[in-house]
Amino acid sequence: MSSHVRTVRPNQMVALMERAAHIKKMLEQGEKKPYKDVIDVCWGDPHGAGMKPLTFVRQVLAACIYPQLLDGGNLPMDVKRRAQKLLRWCDGGSVGSYTNTGGILEIVENLAQFISQRDGVPAHPENIWIHPGSQTSLTSILTLLLSSEATPKRGVLVPVPGHSTVPLSVAALGGVAAPYFLDEERGWELRADELRRALASARGVCRPVALYVINPGNPTGHVQSRKSMEEVIRFVAENNLFLLADEVYQGSVYDANSEFVSYKKRLYELGPPLAHTLELASFHSASKGLLGECGLRGGYVELLNMDPVVMPYVERLFHLIPSPPVTGQIALELMVEPPQPGDPSYPLYMHVSPKVHRNRSSDIQSAAPSMLDGSFPFPQETEHTRRTLVDNVKRVLQVLNRLPAISCQPVRGGAFAFPRLHLTTKAIRKAKDAGMQPDMFYCTKLLEDTGVFVSPGCEYGQKEGTYHIRFCIMTPTDTMEELLRRLSAFHLKFMKDLS
Amino acid sequence: MSQTDVTGAPRRGKVLTLDTMNPNIKQVEYAVRGAIVQRAVKIEKELREGAKKPFTEVIKANIGDAHAMGQKPITFLRQVLAMCAYPELLKDDAFPKDAKQRAQRILEACGGHSIGAYSASQGIECIRQDVSRFIEKRDGGIPSNPDNIFLSTGASDAIVTLLKLMVSGEGRTRTGVMISIPQYPLYSAAIADLGAVQVSYYLDEDKCWSLDVAELRRALRAAREHCHPRVLCIINPGNPTGQVQSRQCIEDVIRFAKEEGLFLMADEVYQDNVYAEGCKFHSFKKVLFEMGPEYSSTVELASFHSTSKCYMGECGFRGGYMEIVNMDPAVKAQLVKLVSVRLCPPVPGQALLDLVVNPPQPDEPSYSSFMKERTAVLDALAKKARMTEQIFNKVPGITCNPVQGAMYTFPRITLPPKAIDKAKEEGQVPDMFYCMRLLEEEGICLVPGSGFGQREGTFHFRMTILPPAEKLEIVLHKISAFHQRFTKEFS
Repeated sequence: MSSHVRTVRPNQMVALMERAAHIKKMLEQGEKKPYKDVIDVCWGDPHGAGMKPLTFVRQVLAACIYPQLLDGGNLPMDVKRRAQKLLRWCDGGSVGSYTNTGGILEIVENLAQFISQRDGVPAHPENIWIHPGSQTSLTSILTLLLSSEATPKRGVLVPVPGHSTVPLSVAALGGVAAPYFLDEERGWELRADELRRALASARGVCRPVALYVINPGNPTGHVQSRKSMEEVIRFVAENNLFLLADEVYQGSVYDANSEFVSYKKRLYELGPPLAHTLELASFHSASKGLLGECGLRGGYVELLNMDPVVMPYVERLFHLIPSPPVTGQIALELMVEPPQPGDPSYPLYMHVSPKVHRNRSSDIQSAAPSMLDGSFPFPQETEHTRRTLVDNVKRVLQVLNRLPAISCQPVRGGAFAFPRLHLTTKAIRKAKDAGMQPDMFYCTKLLEDTGVFVSPGCEYGQKEGTYHIRFCIMTPTDTMEELLRRLSAFHLKFMKDLS
Repeated sequence: MSQTDVTGAPRRGKVLTLDTMNPNIKQVEYAVRGAIVQRAVKIEKELREGAKKPFTEVIKANIGDAHAMGQKPITFLRQVLAMCAYPELLKDDAFPKDAKQRAQRILEACGGHSIGAYSASQGIECIRQDVSRFIEKRDGGIPSNPDNIFLSTGASDAIVTLLKLMVSGEGRTRTGVMISIPQYPLYSAAIADLGAVQVSYYLDEDKCWSLDVAELRRALRAAREHCHPRVLCIINPGNPTGQVQSRQCIEDVIRFAKEEGLFLMADEVYQDNVYAEGCKFHSFKKVLFEMGPEYSSTVELASFHSTSKCYMGECGFRGGYMEIVNMDPAVKAQLVKLVSVRLCPPVPGQALLDLVVNPPQPDEPSYSSFMKERTAVLDALAKKARMTEQIFNKVPGITCNPVQGAMYTFPRITLPPKAIDKAKEEGQVPDMFYCMRLLEEEGICLVPGSGFGQREGTFHFRMTILPPAEKLEIVLHKISAFHQRFTKEFS
């Protein structure tokens, strides 16, 4: 079999995942444990962690799937109108038809409009492709950049800590994932000197062709400053690298002093020649943010400054992904075209879109600028979600930073907290005796003893001798409280027993 | 060397150029959505903008998309999926009990009871179990293990993933993948993208596109001179040819695979689309196991199915699966890892697949309407298959094999030498030249046979039989008339 697939890092998580699934099953079958359920916060999966889908999104989706619902009286007028419009865009008026390879034209145009309004810079539909999830888009772009027969091997600079699908993809395509370390003490900042060091080191083993950044960060929760973004852009330009900007968490910024700026926008702020020459692929998705529709598989890539001669081949490659699922495309459409003030669904939905926000003098233009305004009387779904997440992050920092032997950098955005475990030598030795990485050992015991399922830092990479855990903070308030309660109790006992 | 521009900043060459790009991409072609489709889309745009043409619409008979051609979705399937999307509808009395029960079961298997949650990369477990049970029932009780079922984003996703896994070696040891001529061009495109070697075996047009093991052997022997053939791909029922392999043929292929140490990939997405008298779908797995343990415990097989074809035609949901048999456990572990990279297949597609393998039973309220709709779709296709063969075979210069199954016809067309010359002048392959003319004159979009592969010196086109019968009849007559005009023009 393919030697590239074989060299892909063995997945130590599999045993832990299987154990969690097994415990879930046992509890369902009535087995008695010291806890009544598994709190699964292992993935960046809001619905899986208990968050509710947005009503408007699901009503439109249902009406598109079963248009007979348009005849009844139960759905709001704007839902019906939206579904009718979407169905007109589908061949044969059915969501069961294939669509254009890169997505339904009208939806792609709306994505372009969304991007233009977000950045104040024009976006063109011809540069945007919808795929079944942003990871599929990323893998496609990597397929172009990498070549299994190249010598020396081609490299992609990837962040450490960083989620494992990216290095897995790179390796499976015959490339080298060359790490650059994020600076934990500085809130997981991306430093230019580290990029330079990483590049020099990478050049020893491969020919680097691209830099992958994820902003807001996964697992770190870091939101890049404008200054840092400029450094990255100049670094990429000086060293002739393709920039891959994963921005799927752009809708999730919690900290009042942070703002999401897209790499495209930042690039344009720096002006020509960079703005017209730097090759950039930006990724976004309906899986995160307020929608959280991971299972629908809707993502897209926007390409910038590509060599026009290469573009026909890019399109050919994209044709190998026959058609993105229509349900995912619908999710993307609704993400960028939410209900507006005056629409019947607006009070329940309550989304402060960039369109509305343009009139404010504030220069914060991210999709979630009003995270901290708490003055709405109705249980608006999006507002409720925003407040929940802001509060969750506050609670996590509060609780963890008060405990001994665990500390957490501020979670400014994204889906996760990534606290550091300050393990004793005894604990580390016990883990090694069990044949596990120390944080994997911690997570295994945490799952067994409390039913809390999180993932270990070793899955994401970390500085030698440091240990972390990652857990999703997109959960209902009660779930977060219970999680923190169980985690605190476990942590104190764990550290005491192994002091 | 880098130069500077007027501002003093270094002028940058592109990172991604034709030279630096992955060289395999240059070989990638996918005719079904290629140049002729792009022209069709352009013409549609022109029509929308009010351009005058000899036709008022473009008929896209190039792609196997049933709903786009007016086929109605099956009510039961859409009812369950709507409730999965918006569970409030479970309270709605308009929905039948059996639909509600299935929706509830699916939702319970989803994280947070939402189809918006990620599922396991291999697919939701209870759905994989249902798929296993379906396979066992279909194959007369031969056991199927849910652990060997991988749900996927349409069958294409599973096919490409498996090929990715199997391509290795360099130069003379590079993996060879055997695929039919003609073939569904996803295979050739994926083979090119992965830098594997395509090993073509010809189907016999004169014998209704049947597969001859002697031809397999010839192709294999020739291929061994320059590569290491490891995989044998079969599409049954066939695309574009529609042929349904006989049981004997399937046995012969299995025997051949065993003798030559080949991994079998059986693309069976059209398994419900069988029309011709005397033809029957036999799954490769069933035949394999009926050949006894000497074969069933050794031959490595992957079978593919999807929700895009058959009577459902739900291409837009991207539901599908593969079942693997006798795969080396270490390799399987790597496959599990490989599928984890793309996270999970779309959950609505998984839910749809669950309904396809778990349809209403005779004692359930939706049974009779479900069966009525299903039968209507399949009967209509069978009628259209027969009509197509009849009408085309009346035209001198068009020879059409019976459409035994699937959704297409792949007739052979005789092109006058002058037309072939003209095509060469225009820098086009002759059957592309023919199809482009047809598109411009009649607004009918077909795919030239060159996109699928054909014997040197022969020409074909692939047309779907999906438009509604009345429209299809008109299309068939228009193509017939065009063919006669075209022949006259170039004689």
